[in-house]
Amino acid sequence: MSDARNPVGRWITLPILASFAVFGTLPYWVEAVGLYQYLGLEIMVWVIFALGYNLLLGYGGLPSFGHGAFIGIGAYAFGVAQFHFIPNLWICLLAAIIITGLCGLAAALLVSRRRGIYFALMTIAIGQVFFFIASKWTSVTGGEDGLLNIQRLPVDFGLFSIDIQDTASLYYLAFALYAVVVVLLWRLVHSPFGRILGAIRQNEERVRFLGYNVFIYKAIAFILSTMVAGLAGGLFAMAQEGAYIQIMNLQWSGTVVLMTLIGGGLVSFWGPVFGVVLYFIARDILGAYTEAWLLWFGLMFMLLVMFKPEGLAGIWRDTVGGLVRRKPAAAPSPHPNQSPAE
Amino acid sequence: MALLEAHHIHKRFGDQVVLENITLAFEENRLNGIMGPNGAGKTTCFNVLTGRYKPDRGRIVFDGEDIGGLPPHKIARKGIARSFQLMNLFDQYTAIENITLALPEVRARGMSMMHDLSTDGETGDKAAGILARIGLAGKERVEARDLSYGERRALEIGVALAAAPRILFLDEPTAGLGAEATGSIAELIAEIRRDLTIVIIEHDMQFLFGLADKITVIHWGQVIAEGTPASLQEDEWVKRSSLGGLA
Ligand SMILES: Nc1ncnc2c1ncn2[C@@H]1O[C@H](COP(=O)(O)OP(=O)(O)O)[C@@H](O)[C@H]1O
Ligand SMILES: [Mg+2]
Repeated sequence: MSDARNPVGRWITLPILASFAVFGTLPYWVEAVGLYQYLGLEIMVWVIFALGYNLLLGYGGLPSFGHGAFIGIGAYAFGVAQFHFIPNLWICLLAAIIITGLCGLAAALLVSRRRGIYFALMTIAIGQVFFFIASKWTSVTGGEDGLLNIQRLPVDFGLFSIDIQDTASLYYLAFALYAVVVVLLWRLVHSPFGRILGAIRQNEERVRFLGYNVFIYKAIAFILSTMVAGLAGGLFAMAQEGAYIQIMNLQWSGTVVLMTLIGGGLVSFWGPVFGVVLYFIARDILGAYTEAWLLWFGLMFMLLVMFKPEGLAGIWRDTVGGLVRRKPAAAPSPHPNQSPAE
Repeated sequence: MALLEAHHIHKRFGDQVVLENITLAFEENRLNGIMGPNGAGKTTCFNVLTGRYKPDRGRIVFDGEDIGGLPPHKIARKGIARSFQLMNLFDQYTAIENITLALPEVRARGMSMMHDLSTDGETGDKAAGILARIGLAGKERVEARDLSYGERRALEIGVALAAAPRILFLDEPTAGLGAEATGSIAELIAEIRRDLTIVIIEHDMQFLFGLADKITVIHWGQVIAEGTPASLQEDEWVKRSSLGGLA
């Protein structure tokens, strides 16, 4: 944890810097370790998506099982803005964020009075509705074929612009946006809003009796997480050079839940990052040996849930974190810490 | 006019009538006790007054304003705080954070997304002050779930106090406590009652008769007796409830 009284520490912490060091240098070493540039890009897109998702799942205790719809909407919105509006990177990304956020608002109004299993079921239903609309509204989404030929738009700074046609360059754009997202989300979850969201997870009723309008907090958390999904969707559209309906499948909504949980999103801010990295590495490494890699990944998930419900972040905390931390926090907590504060 | 008045409140769950024509009035800066057997409807009464349930009939007036049927958060913002019979803390948060989130000034900034509470000395000091008041000085950084049962009971009251209420509802604040811990809760209540209107549901009659200005007995969802502790000594139900030894 950072020094709370240090104004820089309010925004940037050691783990954030460490993540910048790892992801910021990725294009230089990813091939040396036998992987490839596009994998880094995929990881970055999904890390952004999953970090935003964990605002709901880990912090708010709001299990959305339809979140794949929102990364899909972001991808379509990016493509539509590019084709029919202005092919400017910033404007198209902004369109992806805003349009996804508006869809998130509509969903939030429906789900924010619910919790637990009812919340989950409603998000599934809403995800399916968006999927259905996207598959039928062919004039906008291209239906089964998808939106093809979405451009990797140059990063326009007015006086000059940077071409990001090649994957490593696009990766750096994604990394820069990751940096912004991670700093803002970290600040957010430690703000009054974030702490109240965590209180809602622990005891919604109590929060209400303290005078907070729980509905508004849940709705805003939902909308924010869909806006982050929209940003990830815009990047994804550029990565794939297209936007396709598959991403809105129920399966992908489940995948982001899986990634977040396996990484330890319930106990750590960094859970989603661990989870996404593990997922893609498992896909490529296990996938090279067997078609049924997802089965093995699922098995790994089950073992983790049974023996280490705090996920990878929990394992990290117990091993590396225990060595790094100076304070005598080595005294084992009598129960697994379930608050994703760090 | 009393600070809070409830007129002819009815509440039923399905076909079970739980509150039947309850009328109550709580005068400002008084300590009001509510007693009665298990299942009498005491907690339901609190739940109706604090907005958890809407009354089926009847009026609830707080400081001249009709608050019947308002949602809990709106009622809370008017200065009505409560504790719960079954404890209701944020278990994964520290003691001080439980208090902090209840402070009205934090509530007012609840939508702030970039602000940092841990660096805010003013709210921190205020929350620490409340912890000290309820006897939890030194426990600031202990997670609520790691506190002892008695400490959790005290924190439950502290959270309600932190909201700086005008009226405070305490639902069996000594439930499950031994004599010593009950004594310190009684001391705490004696200390906070000076500038606060308090309503306490309590089983421990000695506790209640020692503190209350006025006591209401609820049975079968109705008010069956009401008065000062002294006048209630003569009440049939109170007598039967083995209070005899107290006089
Ligand atoms: N939400 C509810 N739904 C159905 N019945 C309830 C509910 N809340 C309370 N009751 C019933 O109302 C009666 C009074 O309960 P309660 O107010 O908790 O009593 P007390 O606090 O006096 O012990 C009980 O019979 C209880 O089962
Ligand atoms: Mg009760």
